[in-house]
Amino acid sequence: MPADTQQEEPGRRKEGLSRRSLFAAAGAGGLGLAAGAVAHAAYGSTREPAPVADVVPFHGEHQAGIITDAQDRMHIAAFDVTTQDRDELVALLKEWTAAIEAMVQGQEIGEGGATSGNYDAPPEDTGEASDLTASHLTVTVGFGRTLFQDDGGARFGLEGRLPEALIELPHFPGDALEEARSGGDLVVQACADDPQVAVHAVRNLARIAFGRARVRWSQIGFGRTSSTSAAQATPRNLFGFKDGTANIKSQDTDDLARHVWVSGASGAGAWMNGGTYLVARRIRMHIETWDRSPLREQEAFIGRTKRTGAPLSGGEEFTEPDFALQGRDGPLVPADSHVAVAHPSNNNGVRMLRRGFNYTDGSDGLGRLDAGLFFIAFVVDARTHYVPMQTAMAKHDALSEYLRHTGSGLFAVPPGVQPGGYIGQALFEDQPPFRPAGT
Amino acid sequence: MKARLLAPAAVLAAASVALAGCTDNTTATSGDGAIDVVSTADACTVSTTSAPGGTLKFNVKNDGSEVTEFYLLAEDGLRIVGEVENIGPGLSRDLVVIAPEGKYFTACKPGMAGDGIQAAFTVTAPPEGQEVSADRAALQATAVEQYAAYVKDQGERLVRGTGEFAAAFAAGDQDRARELYAATRMHWERIEPVAESFGDLDPILDAREADLEEGQEWTGWHRAEKDLWQPESGYTPMTGAERQEIADGMVANTKELYERTQDLSFTPDKLANGAKELLDEVATGKVTGEEEIWSHTDLWDFQANLEGARIAYEDLRPLLAGVDDQLDASLEKNFDDLQALLDQYRVGDGFTYYDELTQEQVQELSAAVDALSEPLSKLTAAVVK
Repeated sequence: MPADTQQEEPGRRKEGLSRRSLFAAAGAGGLGLAAGAVAHAAYGSTREPAPVADVVPFHGEHQAGIITDAQDRMHIAAFDVTTQDRDELVALLKEWTAAIEAMVQGQEIGEGGATSGNYDAPPEDTGEASDLTASHLTVTVGFGRTLFQDDGGARFGLEGRLPEALIELPHFPGDALEEARSGGDLVVQACADDPQVAVHAVRNLARIAFGRARVRWSQIGFGRTSSTSAAQATPRNLFGFKDGTANIKSQDTDDLARHVWVSGASGAGAWMNGGTYLVARRIRMHIETWDRSPLREQEAFIGRTKRTGAPLSGGEEFTEPDFALQGRDGPLVPADSHVAVAHPSNNNGVRMLRRGFNYTDGSDGLGRLDAGLFFIAFVVDARTHYVPMQTAMAKHDALSEYLRHTGSGLFAVPPGVQPGGYIGQALFEDQPPFRPAGT
Repeated sequence: MKARLLAPAAVLAAASVALAGCTDNTTATSGDGAIDVVSTADACTVSTTSAPGGTLKFNVKNDGSEVTEFYLLAEDGLRIVGEVENIGPGLSRDLVVIAPEGKYFTACKPGMAGDGIQAAFTVTAPPEGQEVSADRAALQATAVEQYAAYVKDQGERLVRGTGEFAAAFAAGDQDRARELYAATRMHWERIEPVAESFGDLDPILDAREADLEEGQEWTGWHRAEKDLWQPESGYTPMTGAERQEIADGMVANTKELYERTQDLSFTPDKLANGAKELLDEVATGKVTGEEEIWSHTDLWDFQANLEGARIAYEDLRPLLAGVDDQLDASLEKNFDDLQALLDQYRVGDGFTYYDELTQEQVQELSAAVDALSEPLSKLTAAVVK
């Protein structure tokens, strides 16, 4: 590929550490620097290589992909576990952990990678991301309620391990959920700068799972609809409005501790300490009718201006809305506007960390876009931090007229993985072998 | 995007004013011909004191710390020709108004109180060949009166029809109730945006099963619908007492609805938006066959929504004449086309059941709804001027 093409495709830069070169360098005993030099020389770029700049660390107290600066692309997949064997499930989680560790560093998975394995065997890595960088890939894994129990009782010996907060979400007014887009025993949220890297991650994890788990549903999101860092600009959703202005940001440590991370759980639920809950909702938007509504109505539905995102009570985007400020016929920010109904002051002070994505799945049979918001939020407990708010929104939010919830899921996201450990280890082992240094 | 594209033009316009030494105060300063107004606690700065007759656009910026309003008043300083309310601090709003030649006053009202900060404003003769209707206010008043009379008439018919339906349903006369169901609901569907404006009555009378939240009692039309067109399995028919309760509730709540419509005041923008909403109802509920999942009488609702929208349009039509004849022509054609298409499915006094339509037929109906909905969405902006 000619060098000038690289500059036209910033999302597909080649100057970083490509999977193949790292693999080769690692095999030769080299490390990141050497590989960077290889890539640098190979493509003759005059720009500085950034070998590990787009790698998000995998290990840590919490899983990555939650407070990580929201990437622009996502592929999320839910799985049904088909094996009934606990050891097979644990083996799957271990294999996933190893594969994720490799992929988030921009490496190919397996010993033979995409092209260095046995010539008579299918390559271990599917290969479509081989020349791409790590692309800030994060893979976040969670457990659905049905992993713990089904109609026949407890599964996988997980009696008594089901966290109370992992509820079955109630039916909300107006829900039009499709079975084939809802639920699941496991969830895998892969986010990256490059869509191909995210798709590659889900594809390879699904491949590893064959025989033990099968994909129940999956969804691609093409643009982030919220910011998880104060350094990120607020993006727009498909209604054309800035979304997630009031989101919890990674800098808001106190709010994260209060509203996102599970802590202080003891006994059977202790395995969730350091974890969180992922709420997923596929929310289709009635795009065409929305596009025909007057700007006055659109702004009244949202409660913010479309241009700057300022609340209708005035100011700029990050000015706090003044719900008491009266106009001629009621508050300037209408009581049934989205910003009013969803605001913490009307929801017992609860906040959530939203990390959703715009999606489009082509068009429906009537020529309308099948598009909307794939809503993802991370909360400490959906019973306090999602159900009341969604109930209020479905009943009172004027915007609901343009929304239709077609998919749904709630997943317990276990804490982060330590070197040598695997995802969800504390759930399956009473005494996790690893203790953080200093404890 | 639009604002960004306009920005350089605005800069140019402002620069030319500056070059002219601000002597030419008849020049509007926005790139799109808008007259800029800045409202503060003690000033109401208007970028020009006169403009040619026709459509005027004021862009009002609130640079004060209180909620403000802007008015264009008639020569007497009292009669409101156009107004824009509820402008929060730091925000901007447009006022688009059609004004014939004459003397006027502009007024900002920071804090929404008092007489406001007034200044004389002159509308000069319109450009050659343009005629500006002298009294749009009278046309608007007529449109609103006519529509209010229609709502009243449909409301009366709805009350009467609901009574007959409820009696048949309660008595267990299933054939009669089925016969009355769709025809009576048409009165509701013709004025649906009005009915839906009562947020407490609408769910009691018209909720679909999927609209409910857990534990919420299901009443009204669709509760009766399911009992009249029962699912083949897994359904327990209602008892006579249960039917009586549903029937009584429908009668009482429909009467309440009718009484409340008597106090409603309409405005041209409500009529036009209501027409658009009726087509939205068709697009999201009827074309998909979700409104009447048991009776499949969606095309009756479809027809009623269309009629209701057409009435609002016909009432508003005089306001389009000479202002946007192209929009008027487009609306007439698309209303006619959609009606002609719907007429193909008439069977006796009613219509084909929705589950008997082919996918191609549904697609064709959907495309015709979209074709009408686009121009219809432009009606509000055209009639409120």
